[in-house]
Amino acid sequence: MSSGLPRPGVHFMMGNFACVEAAILAGCRFFAGYPITPSSEIFERACVRFPQVGGIAVEMEDEMASVAALIGASYAGAKAMTATSGPGFSLMMENIGLAFIMEAPIVIVNVQRAGPSTGIPTLIGQGDVMQARWGSHGDLETVVYAPSSVQEFFDLTIRAFNTAERLRTPVIVLADQLVGLMWEKVVIPPAEEIEIVERKVMDPRLLSTRLPFDYSADVNPMPIVGTGCRVNIDSLTHDERGYPTTSQEVSDRMLRYLLGKIRNHARELWMYKEFMTDDAEVVVVAYGSTARSALNAVKQARSRGIKAGLLQLITIWPFPSDVIERLSQRVNVLVVPEINFGQLVHPVREHAKCPVIEVNWAPGSLIEPNVIVDAVEVAAA
Amino acid sequence: MRYEVRITGLGGQGAITAGHILGRAAAIYDGKEAVVTEGYSPYITGGWSRADVIISDETIDYPLITKLDVLATMYDEGFVQNLRHVKRGGVIVTVKELVKHDSQDHKVLPVPAIEVAESLGRKIVANIVILGAIVAVLGTPSLESVEKALADRFPKAADLNRKAVRQGYSIASELLASIGVSGRR
Repeated sequence: MSSGLPRPGVHFMMGNFACVEAAILAGCRFFAGYPITPSSEIFERACVRFPQVGGIAVEMEDEMASVAALIGASYAGAKAMTATSGPGFSLMMENIGLAFIMEAPIVIVNVQRAGPSTGIPTLIGQGDVMQARWGSHGDLETVVYAPSSVQEFFDLTIRAFNTAERLRTPVIVLADQLVGLMWEKVVIPPAEEIEIVERKVMDPRLLSTRLPFDYSADVNPMPIVGTGCRVNIDSLTHDERGYPTTSQEVSDRMLRYLLGKIRNHARELWMYKEFMTDDAEVVVVAYGSTARSALNAVKQARSRGIKAGLLQLITIWPFPSDVIERLSQRVNVLVVPEINFGQLVHPVREHAKCPVIEVNWAPGSLIEPNVIVDAVEVAAA
Repeated sequence: MRYEVRITGLGGQGAITAGHILGRAAAIYDGKEAVVTEGYSPYITGGWSRADVIISDETIDYPLITKLDVLATMYDEGFVQNLRHVKRGGVIVTVKELVKHDSQDHKVLPVPAIEVAESLGRKIVANIVILGAIVAVLGTPSLESVEKALADRFPKAADLNRKAVRQGYSIASELLASIGVSGRR
């Protein structure tokens, strides 16, 4: 432990703690946040662990400032993260858009609780699915991962940093109260076995021959503060030099570049797991903790002779449209259970070639398997 | 095989700590899968708290309790409040000095945890006595694994905790034998 890195091996750990250990292994050394249930353990552990690895954890005055601090830290060259829940996530929206247009790689963890508003602070919800995608104003693409276990929370936190660094964009880990607070087995690999992606950094010498914002590029290298890159980084729509513009034509180029960073890489970003879908006639599409109820339900349905399967979506944004399209061409019905009154079911419907049944469950507890079994039975009939 | 356990007590009795030890022993030292979730009464200091522990040989899908194999309660109301979650024929471990309720539909094991803890010199280990009783009922994880998990968490109190967990284990084993149930299922 002298390095401060987590000990490799099998641990029995709370999800929120595993998230912090993953961030440390991913190279994150800056945390800014404002504590909120049920994400507070992330902040709490970051305050203990980050100083042990030469990092910083700082409490900000609110969630807007937290994300602003991450953007600053990111431009100073650090990998940076914050953690929050519903009410704090709402406050972060403005600056998530700022990170997007400024191309600052940052990671935001949202341990979802029951909403709207302050809702039920200590209990589970999945109400922030659409907000994670559409919450910030203007045209925006976000990358959102939804873990269903402590191990996935760990793995996806590392992946979130890698994606953020590779695409220079904010990435969201959309956990929930159950995954955040449950204790489970987690395998921490040796640090040298973990794939870590570092951002491409701008070489100031190249600025005499090229523009800092090449909108025909895939992802531009990032100018880091203090390295001699005299580049204007602006929240206003900016041209290839980085200066604000009112040109609709530049706006078109800039946005196609920013959105394209994610849209062009969507297929590499899509992560999902399939259980018993090979011969399935009814497939449950679920994400986060709900996927665990859904797997239980699928097993129950199988024991009753129904050919049921599960598609667990791990990447929920960019939405894995092809996965749904392909699957829906060979099954009869898709069933979408969520701990909300209908969110991810909408893009599922948009891309499905078969009927889609939604199963809604009010936030406050994990959707029970029997409710999903009932829907699967109706779908199979 | 999937086992479901709820350990409940009032704030400070160590119900959640006992749950964590049980889960850790199963997951780390017995090679099983385990999930521990916690619950607290809202707003009240000293209100009820609980740990739900699922232990399984296989990957655990649904991570919450459905029907309890074992309920362990360290306060009287906890018996009544949680009775409906216990499966018919399931076992209810109680702190004998604090829980007066009984049930005809279940096997109730009143363990004199406070008396045992006080005889060991520390009333605070009553939860560990109860933990020993739970392990005797479940037959998993092994007592050795529980002792290791206890030593991880409380290295300085490893001896005291070992005594407490073993006494709880043997008392529960005797109680089970007296009602004609084999301890290790």
